[in-house]
Amino acid sequence: MPSCRESTRLMSEARERALTRGERVGLRLHLLMCAGCRNFGKHLDFLRGAAQAYVPGAAADDEAANPDSTSVMHESDAPTGR
Amino acid sequence: MANELAEDAAQAGGGAVTLADPEFLVPLRRQMIKFATLQLRDPDLAEDAVQEALAGALKNQRFFGGRSALKTWVFAILKNKIADALRQRSRIVTASSLGDADDDGETFAALFDARGHWHLSEQPAGWREPEASLRETQFWHVFEACLEGLPERQARVFMMREFVGLDADEICKALALSRTNLNVLLHRARLRLRACLENHWFVEGLR
Repeated sequence: MPSCRESTRLMSEARERALTRGERVGLRLHLLMCAGCRNFGKHLDFLRGAAQAYVPGAAADDEAANPDSTSVMHESDAPTGR
Repeated sequence: MANELAEDAAQAGGGAVTLADPEFLVPLRRQMIKFATLQLRDPDLAEDAVQEALAGALKNQRFFGGRSALKTWVFAILKNKIADALRQRSRIVTASSLGDADDDGETFAALFDARGHWHLSEQPAGWREPEASLRETQFWHVFEACLEGLPERQARVFMMREFVGLDADEICKALALSRTNLNVLLHRARLRLRACLENHWFVEGLR
């Protein structure tokens, strides 16, 4: 069975290639027993989503535009309140 | 002040922010150049990509309710131009011009013990509602700082893969990297970026 280091490698590579059957079986076994690596897998999905949503330098702009508020006036579909 | 005026004017006119507004365009262009240069490692190519992206954006000018929506759209066009430029010129960047040597396994040693298990303090925690973070300005500061903290090669391939959206073969060809090399760089980049976000943003989840 793969170690945590190996398992994170397999989860990373799975984003660029299909894993072999043996790799998938080993990884699944490891994930059954390892909460840390299960979290890592979820975080990889999040990283991709964040990278795609990222606009370079946007954070600095927003702050310059609204130095003392976090409100985003122009998001017409934003609900009022959380 | 000037920004507010521009926004007020746009709102008063019932229209939207446009690319014709220099208050908006000048800083936008600077950020585009910075990003394109980082990806293409060639000031002329970067300039061309930005020029084409802006020309394309102007030609297909649409109305957006605000600066950030317009900016996101312009950057999406720029991403495509960068991807095209990288695909067209294979091996623009030789391995040596990629800058610093990589971290030589430093990432792995920091996170895993000799048997490859997580060090206790490095085990990934559960993150509560991570998607909500994407709406917070402060999150993007942390994200950007974490990206900038990666070794150059790792940051580069990560962004080519996840932001520009090239596939692994295209990246290997553009950077003259072996597939094994690319895999290692992406694995390290993901490990480090994840750990950085956890330590600097998702800390409340740690307990």
